[in-house]
Amino acid sequence: MISSFKNISWMRLTFTFLGGIVLLFILAPIAGMYFNTSIGSITNAVADEEVRDSVWLSLWTSMAGTILFSFFAIPLAYLLARKNFPMKSLVNGIIDLPIIIPHSAAGIAVLGILTRDSWLGQSAELFGVKFIGNPAGIIMAMAFVSIPFLINAARDGFAAVPERLEKVALTLGASPIRVFFTISLPLAWRSVLSGFILMWARGLSEFGAVIIVAYNPKTAPVLIFERFTSYGLKYSVPVAALFVAVCLAIFIMLRLIKKKS
Amino acid sequence: MLKLENISLRVGEFELNNISFEVERGDYFVILGLSGVGKSLLLESIAGLIRPSSGKIFLRDEDITWKKIQERKVSIVYQDADLFPHLTVFENIAYPLKSDGEKDIKAKVLACAGKVGATEFLYRKPETLSGGEYQRVSLARSLAADNDIFLLDEPLASLDSKSKSEMRMLLRQLNRNGITIIHVTHDYEEAISLASKIGVMENGTLVHVAAPEEVFRHPKSEFIAHFIGAKNFFRGNLKTIPQSDLKEFSVNGISMFCLTDVEDGEVFLTIQPEEISISAEAEKGSSRNHFKGKIIDIAPAKVGFEVIVNIGTELIALISGDSKKELKLEIGKEVWVNFKASSCKVYN
Repeated sequence: MISSFKNISWMRLTFTFLGGIVLLFILAPIAGMYFNTSIGSITNAVADEEVRDSVWLSLWTSMAGTILFSFFAIPLAYLLARKNFPMKSLVNGIIDLPIIIPHSAAGIAVLGILTRDSWLGQSAELFGVKFIGNPAGIIMAMAFVSIPFLINAARDGFAAVPERLEKVALTLGASPIRVFFTISLPLAWRSVLSGFILMWARGLSEFGAVIIVAYNPKTAPVLIFERFTSYGLKYSVPVAALFVAVCLAIFIMLRLIKKKS
Repeated sequence: MLKLENISLRVGEFELNNISFEVERGDYFVILGLSGVGKSLLLESIAGLIRPSSGKIFLRDEDITWKKIQERKVSIVYQDADLFPHLTVFENIAYPLKSDGEKDIKAKVLACAGKVGATEFLYRKPETLSGGEYQRVSLARSLAADNDIFLLDEPLASLDSKSKSEMRMLLRQLNRNGITIIHVTHDYEEAISLASKIGVMENGTLVHVAAPEEVFRHPKSEFIAHFIGAKNFFRGNLKTIPQSDLKEFSVNGISMFCLTDVEDGEVFLTIQPEEISISAEAEKGSSRNHFKGKIIDIAPAKVGFEVIVNIGTELIALISGDSKKELKLEIGKEVWVNFKASSCKVYN
């Protein structure tokens, strides 16, 4: 008993204690939210059409943004992993910009390129697409703040694929595009999927940029904010609890799919 | 079939300097050299994975120096880790067939796997294969690509002796069936057992390209010289001495007298350790070469002792235990080394 006590490292004990506090810091507010919310109020939130619509809007816009922008982000990630070009560090820095700028400022910036006066806004209107106060604008705002997560994860994934395999595939007569789809992408798939989940999750929870581009229709984070400012904490918690539960369920499911793959 | 003209390139610390050689259809050309001399770089430049900074590569009478990798019809097989890990053996072998739009993929995969003895593990993943099985699949995949020239980068290095011998048989068989092979290795035995022609590589340069018998009979590199037991091996200049039947060989500022009919110029010289004697004073006899030097090492040999003496360059002498005792030889002691001019074997 004494010897096993002596074997315990004080450093390990201290680090475990400090790490435990961090975990508690993350879990306690979420757990507290559920402990302080009755099942009845959550049931009422589920029955509330406005709440259901906002959760659904958050889910599909963030997923749409992730899918749409993955067509651009994944090729860029591959280039960054494989090619050296002038000012590559600058490009890497630009990709991380949305992470460091305040999200309300990001919203203002995105709004600037989506208004009817902008080239993009005018071009989109020709095709009947409106950004301001529209899901299309929400998608753009969500993608802007969350795209670095996909690019960075995919870039690391592609960089971990041995370049030799791609070159061997070329010597076997495969075209570079076939090599990308049959060798590089399947081998980097876990990291790409990780980035996909992170981008989707980050977009889903976005508030600052979205509220500036589109207060209406309301995404779940915007609705939670509105319920809080208009009716107080008591009325916003059930909506928040429901939204967090939905996000967690999907997040866990995607993590399991990734683990299985 | 393949011709390299003055290929030079540099990647990090490795470089190739003015490499030129020619390989005929059906040749088994082994590039022999120590690790880090640029052997793999040479293969990768032929396959197009690295572009040379100067020089030209011709394949099947066509300049392919700047041709795309996928259009060269050249297969490369590495020591390990070149099978696609997410595909089964079958899918690996089928990979080039899909690029070619082959219709009967299954029949072709079975035929290629059959040629290398890989039919028993077609549905396994590469990570489950032994070293020998892995290399067989890699070769089967190259056969499926229908390439008639294979570049092999140390393909037997990670195999046990039984698998090595089986793979050698397989490689000889593929070569007999018309596949031209360029194989890089650091293993002399592998080179002797497989090569129809050997290229010896040192510091990014091909120093000797010849048939195996010639390479080992007349070494032109320290690497080969050590292998065949020629421990005192020098590369230097030979010069006729007027009014004498002797010639002067210069290396590192030292001159040795040689009895040889080899023409003046850059030559190679070997002296067998047993031809060198050690004495406390310069010997007065028929020996023409006497050098004073310091003993830097004494090591037991199979019989007797090898004494390494620094005379400005290192010379190894083989002496008996009795002589060592009698002369009280020890590291740091100054001695004389002596050998006859006729003991110097000179060739160009």
